Amino acid sequence: MLRYFLMRLGSAIPTLFIIVTLAFFLIHAAPGGPFDQEQTLPPKIMANLQNAYGLDQPMWIQYEHYLGALLHGDFGPSFKYKDFSVTELIGQGFPVTLELGAAALALALGLGIPAGIFAALHHNSAADYAAMSLAVAGIAIPAFVVLPFLGLLFGIYLHWLPVAGWEPGSPRHLVLPVLALALPPLSVIARLVRASMLDVLGSHFIRTAFAKGLPLHTVIVRHALRPALLPVAGFLAPAVASIMTGSLVVESIAGLPGIGRYLVQGALNRDYTLVMGMVILYSTMLIVMGLLVDLLYAWLDPRVALSR
Amino acid sequence: MNTRFQSAADRLRSKPAALFALAVILALTALTVFGPWINPNGIENLDWLHVAEGPSLKSAHWFGTDRLGRDLYARTLQGARVSLSIGLVASAVSLLIGIGYGAVAGYVGGRTDHLMMRIIEILSGLPLIFFVIFLTVVFGRSESLLFVSIGAVGWLTMARIVRGQTLSIRRREFIEAAIASGAGTGRIIAKHVIPNVIGPVIVYATLTVPQIIMFESFLSFLGLGIQEPRASLGSLIADGAGEMEAAPWILLIPGGFLAALLLCLNIFGDGLRDALDAKER
Repeated sequence: MLRYFLMRLGSAIPTLFIIVTLAFFLIHAAPGGPFDQEQTLPPKIMANLQNAYGLDQPMWIQYEHYLGALLHGDFGPSFKYKDFSVTELIGQGFPVTLELGAAALALALGLGIPAGIFAALHHNSAADYAAMSLAVAGIAIPAFVVLPFLGLLFGIYLHWLPVAGWEPGSPRHLVLPVLALALPPLSVIARLVRASMLDVLGSHFIRTAFAKGLPLHTVIVRHALRPALLPVAGFLAPAVASIMTGSLVVESIAGLPGIGRYLVQGALNRDYTLVMGMVILYSTMLIVMGLLVDLLYAWLDPRVALSR
Repeated sequence: MNTRFQSAADRLRSKPAALFALAVILALTALTVFGPWINPNGIENLDWLHVAEGPSLKSAHWFGTDRLGRDLYARTLQGARVSLSIGLVASAVSLLIGIGYGAVAGYVGGRTDHLMMRIIEILSGLPLIFFVIFLTVVFGRSESLLFVSIGAVGWLTMARIVRGQTLSIRRREFIEAAIASGAGTGRIIAKHVIPNVIGPVIVYATLTVPQIIMFESFLSFLGLGIQEPRASLGSLIADGAGEMEAAPWILLIPGGFLAALLLCLNIFGDGLRDALDAKER
């Protein structure tokens, strides 16, 4: 198991390195620079600015410097947010994004798995059809449509919840964004669990478990659940990716001070270091998630680790 | 093959939800094409006498107007036309790349297959959305680039499906016969493999269309896709979300249009896939 883990870790580092390199050269190859403004700066000032940030040096040297600083955990200064380092910007926004994303993932799992089991147990009943129709809607309709619609209904017409805004320590502001963010992965999870649960329930060892007189909930929890959750484990990494992407728009609609806005704004502003920081942060999270999923897989189905 | 499609068509006919969804898709598509003739209004015309006016069949603006007095009927239909055409073209791009890649990997097999699939594995592990955002920023925000870059993201799944289908027919007699008659690998792939896997693959492609439309509107929502004065459903929703307290229809009309379109495309795609899959769930 440990050997398997180390092997996977070993392949994650080159992946991250490739991403960093590709992103670095892509963003620097983009036309325009961080100091382009409506009025062009006098050449002298421009040259000084370029010099101060090291932008006048050859690309290769810049890349070397960036990697060197990165190895010491330094993402560099932001070009647009003066007096802020990228580490500071991410440090301020990340807790909000993390809270939002973690709550959405928890909701998707906590509601999606039971809903899938329920639908499988009541296969082809009205409840099953209702749940699966809802799931199609959840998959089809993107968060940036769901969230404003929810805001209109619960915020503006019913006055139950705030439409947008953020107060530290106030969960009320997070309800609608979390709901909108959780719906797509929740729906996929419910569908996956339903399908795999149906497969598992039809297998011999489940028939045996029922035959020896075990009650339904024991059969589900002790025997059927673990194999039925395998596809969900496989979906965890895409789910996290979908929540990350969704949080880009959800944060901007709900006015949450997370890090979502930095990626698009940073790319548009040619804020090289900020974009790099965001790409590295997101990729690392995805890669770590992928590692965790592999471990989870190996735990759910011990044959996985042995076969490698 | 023919009988397989016939029974699939029969099974599809017994799915009223999928058929209803198809009808809605056709109706919405027809509306985007012919709608501008029924009620002509420019997408850029500013009607200063009717700014942010609600929807009403009695006025010239059936769906109301936005904050600048632009006709929402014209803008929504134009946006939907853009979304639909991007959905179709980008799906076709991803289909083309995916079929070529998948068929070669599946037919040639061995080390080549291993390497090609490993590349797909790595690519699908990357946060591709960030690279699309990058691409649109790096190469300017042109619509043609939007088509290509979205299609380039969609081909990964397609290639996997084509490879699977290719593997399933690779050892069949007609392939052996083609090899025996001296046909080269390229010719076999083009003449024998691809025509035989394309049916099921196109069915899967129907599910790519809504994904791509969703992705395009997502980019336009962020301001990276279709640019003003042209509209996309995504950019219209972004405008509407900012006005929803005072003028909710600016949000509800394009949002409802997109939701209905995506929902129906998904229901139809699911129905089609289930109809072709003999395995009933």
